[in-house]
Amino acid sequence: MQDKLFKALLILSAIVIPVIGGGIIYSLTMDASGAFEHFGFWNFVFSDDWVTTAGRESYGALPFITGTMLTTLLALLICIPFSLPVALFTGEYFRGKKIATVLATVTDLLAGIPSIIYGLWGFYALRPIFMYLNLSPQGSGILTAAFVLAIMIVPYAASLSSEFIKMVPSDLKEGAYGLGATRAEVIRRIVFPTAGSGIFSAYILAIGRALGETMTVTMLIGNTNQMPETLRTTGNTMASIIANQFGEADGLKLSSLIAIGLLLFLITAIINMIGKILIRRAQHV
Amino acid sequence: MKKFFLPFAAVAMALTITACGGQKTANANGRESVEMSGAGATFPLPFYTMSFDSYSEKSGDVVSYGGIGSGGGVRNLKDGIVDFAGSDAFLSDEEMKEMQPVVHIPTCMGAVVMAYNLPEVKSLNLSGDVIADIYLGKITKWNDARIVALNPDAQLPEKDIIPAFRSDGSGTTFVFTDYLTKVSEEWKNTLGSGKTVDFKVGLAAKGNPGVAGIIAQTPYSIGYMGSEYAFAQKIPSANVKNANGEMVTPSTESISAAAAGDMPQDTRCSITNSNAAGAYPISCFTWLIIYKEQNYADRSLDQAKATLDLMNYMLSDSIQQTTSTVHYAPLPKKAIDLSLENLKTVTYNGENILK
Repeated sequence: MQDKLFKALLILSAIVIPVIGGGIIYSLTMDASGAFEHFGFWNFVFSDDWVTTAGRESYGALPFITGTMLTTLLALLICIPFSLPVALFTGEYFRGKKIATVLATVTDLLAGIPSIIYGLWGFYALRPIFMYLNLSPQGSGILTAAFVLAIMIVPYAASLSSEFIKMVPSDLKEGAYGLGATRAEVIRRIVFPTAGSGIFSAYILAIGRALGETMTVTMLIGNTNQMPETLRTTGNTMASIIANQFGEADGLKLSSLIAIGLLLFLITAIINMIGKILIRRAQHV
Repeated sequence: MKKFFLPFAAVAMALTITACGGQKTANANGRESVEMSGAGATFPLPFYTMSFDSYSEKSGDVVSYGGIGSGGGVRNLKDGIVDFAGSDAFLSDEEMKEMQPVVHIPTCMGAVVMAYNLPEVKSLNLSGDVIADIYLGKITKWNDARIVALNPDAQLPEKDIIPAFRSDGSGTTFVFTDYLTKVSEEWKNTLGSGKTVDFKVGLAAKGNPGVAGIIAQTPYSIGYMGSEYAFAQKIPSANVKNANGEMVTPSTESISAAAAGDMPQDTRCSITNSNAAGAYPISCFTWLIIYKEQNYADRSLDQAKATLDLMNYMLSDSIQQTTSTVHYAPLPKKAIDLSLENLKTVTYNGENILK
């Protein structure tokens, strides 16, 4: 009896999540269809128009797809010099030592900071510095947003990379030391090749996190709807345009925003899927 | 076995308790207490929070209000999931056509003020056409001859003007651009008015706090924001020349003065660029919108009565007098009289609710 009940409960909860997921995709597609029908799917994706004036309305997702891609990739690049050393420190050099545990804990703590705090920090602390250094004329923009995003994804990239670095078989490493390899050589020749695809997948998952980040980016990117020309200029990401415009949107604009949401959903899903596949491969090595 | 069922029993019990929790008792208004919900404009949120609380205390009805933006509120009303919507912009004729007939009830007045960050200047005068040209990118320096002409005594620096605007759709942007459309032909023909406008110059920030943050951090910037926010935060704002040629400081009195002109029966009117004496030119009403026929989405007669009680309460003297404590301006008598008449036309199953 108890067993049966438990089984029923399990099945029920196993069904609930796919149903919710399916429901989200269904309602996104339904509400987005208006924009796709009006502009055509590819035209919507590749148009950089964003005209809200009544009567001349025209919406395209390209500036926001570009903004999302630019901030995410830039964040990834900036994040590597912060996260890879942390991963090596905790996973290889000081593995199992107290100092490694402390560093790992502190890094993981970064993941627990709410995004509004990162946004405020970026806005009040980082923005004046960027203006002072003349990195961006207004302090806010793609570069500022990407920099803060980079800090936000460090814990995701670092802790997973560290796990994969720990998984490198010690007989391989000991063999290399036996042949007279230095520590740097072991890392370059043994650790990176063996844990490489695992580390790569850690960064893919970190990208997944950066793609959808909304609050921080909205506070820092400057929120302009033009195509970003340089990294110094302001822009908008797919998440931030939705956060900005959804409250007062209706009609075609509402449908366009939901269409952008659907595109973001698809991009995130694809990137996460790639990450999962790579992790599975890495674990089988 | 027993242990396993304990949580279920607890849940079942909780459900039963909630089910009979709504003890039906007659309240101060001689009917059963109900729960009402509304959604919409964020601009009057502090005022609504305060007055809905005091209404609940007085009547026993519970009122909840979600500040999701005017557009969202109207959407919710269309979907029939709220009792009333809050909106900073009255519904246009086209929007009215898409819905069942509605009644607009103005609740209070506010304004859009021009906040600025000019370390050298204590008090700044502006006019509508100058504001429009700043936001069109045609006036770019603080010591432009046209700004100097309005401020003969001020030491205006030779610095670039950095305009700030709202990145999110907002009733504040609507009121601001509605004003500029009236005072600048070029603005009308290029950008027009709306809750979001395709500004060509300046910095964008989300919400009043975002714009205020940019202005506080960026010397030589200027931005528009809701008066309730600027007054509460004591942010310096510019005097604006009105249609009579008077230089007016935004204040509770000068905002109320803007409503002195004519008003249509349904109260749907824009009062920007008012030609009344002493009127601050970028003033506005904010409205609550309800359906004229209150029997929709299975609402009860008590629900309909409660909605009208709430509307009446918002128009009452005692509530109107509290507007200035939360940095809004009270409605003029004419708007209250018109609204009380309009409330009498509200029906349930075709029968007038208020006799």
